[in-house]
Amino acid sequence: MGRYLIPLGLFIILVVFLAIGLGRDPHEVPSPLINKPAPAFNLPQLKAPTKTFSAEEMRGKVWIMNVWASWCITCRDEHPLLLEYARSGVVPIYGLNYKDNREDALSWLAELGDPYVLSASDLDGRVAIDYGVYGAPETYLIDRNGTIRFKQIGPVTPDVWSKTILPLAQELNRETK
Amino acid sequence: MRRSRLFFLTLLVLCCLASVAWAQESKSADVDPALDPVLEQRLAKLSQELRCLVCQNETLADSRAGLAEDLRREIREQMRAGKSDREVITFLTQRYGQFILYRPQVTPTTYLLWFGPFVLMLGGLAILFRYIKQRRDLIADQPLTMDERRRAEELLAPDPRKETS
Repeated sequence: MGRYLIPLGLFIILVVFLAIGLGRDPHEVPSPLINKPAPAFNLPQLKAPTKTFSAEEMRGKVWIMNVWASWCITCRDEHPLLLEYARSGVVPIYGLNYKDNREDALSWLAELGDPYVLSASDLDGRVAIDYGVYGAPETYLIDRNGTIRFKQIGPVTPDVWSKTILPLAQELNRETK
Repeated sequence: MRRSRLFFLTLLVLCCLASVAWAQESKSADVDPALDPVLEQRLAKLSQELRCLVCQNETLADSRAGLAEDLRREIREQMRAGKSDREVITFLTQRYGQFILYRPQVTPTTYLLWFGPFVLMLGGLAILFRYIKQRRDLIADQPLTMDERRRAEELLAPDPRKETS
């Protein structure tokens, strides 16, 4: 009896490891930027290109940066949810318009609505590289000290919003100013 | 008959033209005469070691994804600015993590990955040696007890019935 238990045990261990491996999404690369300062940038604003927007301006505020582009299909799926979250007013959402054409981006916002306080244009994707972006949409939650507290790769689903981002943002908002 | 031959000839010529056009296109996309060949070689070698994060089973050197092109540009500029390969790798891992490296660095989180196989091998050898030792003990000559010896002598003693017949 005992001699059958050993291979059976090994087999079960193997199955458990394989099941964990299969259940994980290989596209979710853990970001090394969590709990690190949000990289500084200074970019022209999408709607008013003569004005700029920098991460430094957001010191003292809890905010969300959402990386989007008009060519990004998943961003279109995520968009109505962002509009809803922006309306809730818990945390301001800023856009990083990633490697996009300005006209396309503007007409995209005109057509679908604009959840962003403002969007910054990252035409050549350099700021996105600093933020470790490898596929839009990506979303960062940044605290008052300018530290990245959470990163969502891919669309922010209602589940992620209500279970992770919203409670964390509320907690960060409560922290002393 | 003549018509079909003409048709095949035309087809052949068209095929050749198409492949020439294609070859030129890919050449112009890859090789910019203004680039420094030594630096390009360094870039090619380094980007063989790096993973394209969009198509994860491709190296940064092979990938045609937009991000891969941007990252190659970034690496090229950093190399041009005199950064060493190690500095470029630090720049990339700070942003994209260890995952971008096809050969992960040896850190406490990757100890299992690097040394796990050796631990398994040592474990296997230990089991193997124990098994061999056990087996050797089993087949080793054990001296007979007095009882056993007597019984063996009885069994081996010539059969008196056989003797008489």
